[in-house]
Amino acid sequence: MGIGGLRFISSRRQFMRGLAGIAACGTSLASHPARSRPPAPYVPRFFTSAEWAFLIAACDRLIPADENGPGARALDVPRFIDMQMDTPYAFGAQWYMHAPFVQGPDNLGYQLPYAPRDLYRRGIAGMNAHAATRHGRPFADLAPALQDDLLRGAENNRLVFGDIPSSVFFDQLLANVMEGAFSDPVHGGNTGLGGWTMLGFPGARADFMDWVDRYGAHYPLGSVSISGETA
Amino acid sequence: MSDDARRLKPVDVVIVGGGWAGSIMAKEMTEAGRSVVMLERGPDRSTASEGAYPASIDELEANFRYKLFQDLSKNTVTIRNNSQQTALPYRRMAAFLPGEGVGGAGLHWSGVHFRIPPDDLRMRSRVIEKYGAGFIPEGMNLQDYGVTYEELEPFFDKAEKVFGTSGEPYMINGKVVGKGNVFSPSRSDHFPLPALKDVYTAHLFRKAAEEAGFHPYSLPAANASRQYVNPYGAQMGPCNFCGYCSGYACYMYSKASPNVNILPVLRQHPLFDLRAGCHVLKVELDADGRRATGVTYTDPDGKVVTQPAEMVILTAFQFHNVRLMLLSGIGRPYDPVRNEGVVGRNFVYQNVTTSTVWLDRGVETNQYIGAGGGGVAFDDFNSENFDHGPLGFVGGSPVWVNQAGVRAIAAAHSGGPPGTPRWGSAWKAGMIDTYRHSLRIDAHGSNMAYRDVYLDLDPTWKDAYGQPLLRMTFDWKDNDIRMNRYVVDRIGDVAKAMGARRVNLTKREFGRPFDTRQYQTTHLGGGAVMGSDPGTSALNRYLQSWDVHNVFVIGANAFPQGTGYNPTGMVAALAYWAAHHIRTTYLASPGPLAG
Repeated sequence: MGIGGLRFISSRRQFMRGLAGIAACGTSLASHPARSRPPAPYVPRFFTSAEWAFLIAACDRLIPADENGPGARALDVPRFIDMQMDTPYAFGAQWYMHAPFVQGPDNLGYQLPYAPRDLYRRGIAGMNAHAATRHGRPFADLAPALQDDLLRGAENNRLVFGDIPSSVFFDQLLANVMEGAFSDPVHGGNTGLGGWTMLGFPGARADFMDWVDRYGAHYPLGSVSISGETA
Repeated sequence: MSDDARRLKPVDVVIVGGGWAGSIMAKEMTEAGRSVVMLERGPDRSTASEGAYPASIDELEANFRYKLFQDLSKNTVTIRNNSQQTALPYRRMAAFLPGEGVGGAGLHWSGVHFRIPPDDLRMRSRVIEKYGAGFIPEGMNLQDYGVTYEELEPFFDKAEKVFGTSGEPYMINGKVVGKGNVFSPSRSDHFPLPALKDVYTAHLFRKAAEEAGFHPYSLPAANASRQYVNPYGAQMGPCNFCGYCSGYACYMYSKASPNVNILPVLRQHPLFDLRAGCHVLKVELDADGRRATGVTYTDPDGKVVTQPAEMVILTAFQFHNVRLMLLSGIGRPYDPVRNEGVVGRNFVYQNVTTSTVWLDRGVETNQYIGAGGGGVAFDDFNSENFDHGPLGFVGGSPVWVNQAGVRAIAAAHSGGPPGTPRWGSAWKAGMIDTYRHSLRIDAHGSNMAYRDVYLDLDPTWKDAYGQPLLRMTFDWKDNDIRMNRYVVDRIGDVAKAMGARRVNLTKREFGRPFDTRQYQTTHLGGGAVMGSDPGTSALNRYLQSWDVHNVFVIGANAFPQGTGYNPTGMVAALAYWAAHHIRTTYLASPGPLAG
């Protein structure tokens, strides 16, 4: 996993080094439009082009760019999710997937035979089918307000996708979007440490020996990633 | 299966599970000159590899892909709320997170390190003395441990010295010596290290709790406040409050773990043989089922082998110990209809809810700073420290700020105050405000044992080796919900004293069943409990099987009911207690230690 992602991080580090003088000022660099050399567009490995269009649009509604910081697209959350689809997690390798699969009350937890890859494939098809039926166009081509309506419908389990409750797909997507925006950039998201910067999370600094009892003081250092990228 | 299994050379002791209890027992048995094989089904692990900075502090891998936790694809449990339901598999990690691999959950726990309150050890007797037998609700299997605090004290002391525990004492040998927990029992010695510094949120909580009239103290933490060398010669570095504690191997060597505090010494002992990747299928018994002859396991190549031994010590996680007893026919399985039998009886959990307090936007709470065991608590509503008479419930909760470090993905999931959407710009604003300006206060309560809450084998689902999964039948009961609601209201008092901008008191709700989808805690207990009566306990007070005298079972499975405290300190003390009696009595004259 992640060769492309690592190469990208390496180029970001060079970029950041060039900006070192202003990097500590606390503004969100990830929302800054300037890039010395834009990276080549990411080509998804798991998602088809129609699925990819859905994913980009949906991610940006779940975490929109606004005055609080960058949106999911700028943070490369779709790339993170596509890269995750190549990990054992996406194949359900960490889940108990033995039959029989018996549905029960919600509070007894997930009981479907589907791994994350299946949930995305079926869930995105379901979302686009609802978009086409209601509005005659795929999800990605709808106005943001209509996209939000469909996402809320899925969230509240008001849409039907065959045997996958739409809320199960929505929860899977939302969980991965959060992970992509706020995990270490080594996994392909949180580009420019923009997720951490908007939150005020110092990342891998992980040493507060001298700061623990500076009560109420603002921590002055920007975030740092596992690879050494700083913001 | 054992007939076909390859038989290995006999050893004195086989230990099942390579966590805290297994490492302590292996250390003690090799000190006594016994040959020990320790079987661990997960991989071999060390702090040098799993804890290497900075790769180890990857929140996605550690807390969301469960790198160091049990592989549920091979083995899990089924869960239901009552015996009329069909139990369903716990397919994805959520409510509790059992560990796996050498060091067990001890490699990546947080480090809160308590001694159990003396009253909790004789809970049934104490409640009857104070309130009368009629005070115990119908269906509650309230019991005593069969051991006293005075008997265990030397072993609590020993465990703290091995763990390098940081804390502030209150009373030593009957004299008040410090500003520790006024409700804590007398100790024979100081903590080996002074208490950790308070993080800001704990500092605010301490002040507010005092103003509200409670008695705050520093949590005892197995996170070293200074450089330390333990009695085995193992070295710890000072905790730097890195904020990556629960779920992580400690790159500073500050958090006590079997991997740092015991195994480096044990691995060099010629009598010690650690075998990782070995999954124990069953304890072998002799023809009349009164004596264990060894264990059968699958080795890393998938071959089934039998390891003969003079003694078998089960030190797996709480519910794995219970399951192995059921699979092996050790002790009579519990029958909830008749309330008879002992293996699976008194299965308990921990009754935790977390409330959130928002401070002014000028106050930065710096929740990314943290030490897993550090913080400030008060015990005014724990154990028998308060009068339950007018309240009408059994049990209690310590209340604390235990900031182990809140990381970014977790913060995003936690979101904003109640009513905030889960996504979009409103989520973003609420989530950022909450992360920067709030703090979390836990009511970390006890959970009583009930007749219809138990463990047995599932009739349908099997593990990767074809053996039945363990089935949990569990729900919250009114007694425990009322306790939680009473104590959480006291958090409201503290939040008021703190000058909170906003408070969200999280309480258990009547009629809302146990939800396996939300993380609560991994503090599961009971199921093979210790006691003085073979009719209500699977183990005697030395954690020895009443039925098969050369089997000892060490873990939180031995707790007859839940306590308000975290279990590890008690498990470690019970391990040293059992080991002491094995070494001083059992080895010279094997047989039942209690009659």
